[in-house]
Amino acid sequence: MSKAEQQPRKVYGMLAEYSNPAKLIRAAKLVNRAGYQKYDAYSPFPIHGMDEAMGLKESKLGYIVLFHAILGFLGALALQIWTSSIAYPINISGKPFMNIPAFIPVTFELTVLLSAFGAVFGMFFMNNMPRHNNPLFSSQRFEKVTDDGFFICIEASDDFFDEDKTKKLLEDAGAIHIEHIFTLEDR
Amino acid sequence: MSKKYEYVPEQPLVQGNHTFSSITALIGDIVEKPTPMWWYIAFGVSNLLLAMLLGMIAYLVWEGTGIWGLNNPVGWGWAIINFVWWVGIGHAGTLISAILFLFRQGWRTAINRFAEAMTIFAVMCAGIFPAIHVGRIWVVYWMFPIPNQMQMWPNFNSPLLWDVFAVSTYFTVSLLFWYVGLVPDFATLRDRVKSKFGRFIYGFFALGWTGGNRQWQNYEKSYLILAGLATPLVLSVHTIVSFDFAVSIIPGWHTTIFPPYFVAGAIFSGFAMVMTLMIIARKIYGLEDIMTVNHIEKMNMIILVTGTMVGFAYVMEFFIAWYGGVEYEKFAFINRALGPYSWAYWMMFLCNVFSPQFFWSKKLRRSVTASFILSIVVNIGMWFERFVITVSSLAQDYLPGAWGYYSPTWVDVLTYVGTFGLFFTNFLLFLRFMPMVAIAEIKMVMPQADPHYYDENGDEPVTANEFAKKPDLNA
Repeated sequence: MSKAEQQPRKVYGMLAEYSNPAKLIRAAKLVNRAGYQKYDAYSPFPIHGMDEAMGLKESKLGYIVLFHAILGFLGALALQIWTSSIAYPINISGKPFMNIPAFIPVTFELTVLLSAFGAVFGMFFMNNMPRHNNPLFSSQRFEKVTDDGFFICIEASDDFFDEDKTKKLLEDAGAIHIEHIFTLEDR
Repeated sequence: MSKKYEYVPEQPLVQGNHTFSSITALIGDIVEKPTPMWWYIAFGVSNLLLAMLLGMIAYLVWEGTGIWGLNNPVGWGWAIINFVWWVGIGHAGTLISAILFLFRQGWRTAINRFAEAMTIFAVMCAGIFPAIHVGRIWVVYWMFPIPNQMQMWPNFNSPLLWDVFAVSTYFTVSLLFWYVGLVPDFATLRDRVKSKFGRFIYGFFALGWTGGNRQWQNYEKSYLILAGLATPLVLSVHTIVSFDFAVSIIPGWHTTIFPPYFVAGAIFSGFAMVMTLMIIARKIYGLEDIMTVNHIEKMNMIILVTGTMVGFAYVMEFFIAWYGGVEYEKFAFINRALGPYSWAYWMMFLCNVFSPQFFWSKKLRRSVTASFILSIVVNIGMWFERFVITVSSLAQDYLPGAWGYYSPTWVDVLTYVGTFGLFFTNFLLFLRFMPMVAIAEIKMVMPQADPHYYDENGDEPVTANEFAKKPDLNA
């Protein structure tokens, strides 16, 4: 308390709550059109059409997965060719040392394995996870986001952020509740 | 042209008048309610069985595989049968989560979470058998390409080694897939449970999930890619398991029909197992609104289809054995049906081919009791299928002088029974402490999740009934 009296607390962003997915998508459209960049629409489940409403580009995760797939494919082939025909060639029932058809199953499995690592850990990486200290978690209301709450948070670091104008925009979009989120240091 | 068309709406996937928050409460509260008595009893029994499994494994490691019923000519007995049986069961989870996801089957959301859990635990049970079957388990790492003192590497020409890679990849990918699905639901529990420790532990595993659309966007992409990867994977795993048999030259094993036939059998037994577990879980936890009779009916259709495919494969094997004209192959099949193991063969035929045919009747398809009984019958039949394939081909192959008759010992039986302890210990822990239905995904298939459900002002339509009776489009 005393800290707040000494100096104004630093604002991380403005959090507005909406009552349902339709209102959230409309609000996101308005926020996007107003030119904001650093904002996000929070919901308990992915909402169809939200990417377009927010003007987001396609996720780049596919490239990460492709890179891992190629790595897995080449790595598996290299492992098998090197071990069975270079490091210690053993004659097994007269089969060729570099028996490519027999190497296909393991190559396939390792390609899938590496791609799956890429898909999961790449997704965590792109989503800034794990991050347990998000300023949004200080809001009691925000706990509803994983239940039935629909929120938009515009960050104060956005160029267009302005106490009154941003608040008015969120209100006009039909917010049922608006609150400030403070930075971690000033929580 | 006075023909009148009537609009037949699809059955709602979630029944009862649920809102988003009542769904969260329905599933999320399970972990917070006091632990019911039956859970402790079931958990206790499972723990005893698990202890027995560990005891049997310890005995095996101490004494060696001679305590099993294995001998010449049958060197592959219950261990391999149980391995194939469990790993087959483990196929339904990823099938439901990956293949049905790619086919946009919304009904999968009700069952995918615990079908995936079942997959992971079943693959654990499966993995035990080949590992302990190696005999000298302390050098089991020779199966992996790890540098060792002999400077030797695994034989990449061997289907048994392909199996090591297939099953371990399958386990890892299933686990990751399961975890990705769990992250938003762990976040739900993080925001919901009252105990401080609960918040910490669920919050830890939720990895700071916020539900922002920028996260959902990558998340959905990741889920789609994983589904795309898991689909060929799930088909490849049982294909490679079938290679263990098909690549050898034992009569009755050396057939090209094995991969598709094994995959169909795996899906068949996996769905049956999901059905058994689902019918118990929905009853105990009152989830009838989510796992509806429509779900049971759809699963029964898949059981009917795959069961009939398996039946087709049995008949086709016979035909090809005759048509191929190889003397030993012909004998192997006639011997299966009429030889010393014919009791197992007809048991298999009865359970796998005839019993699912009851599901042609819509009434039985929608009957909970019939589904429960038949799902167990199917899994008994699938165990016998692996028994017939493994044992009958080895016991009587080429030279009559080398024939034999295989019987398991008590250690074989108790080890198999013990794996149920491992399975149910894990499964009960899962039911108790994890969201057993994908909460976020269930919300997604509710009508309220669609922005177009709401009117022009973004408000709820007056009543759900009125929404259903929207003006006739053909009027």
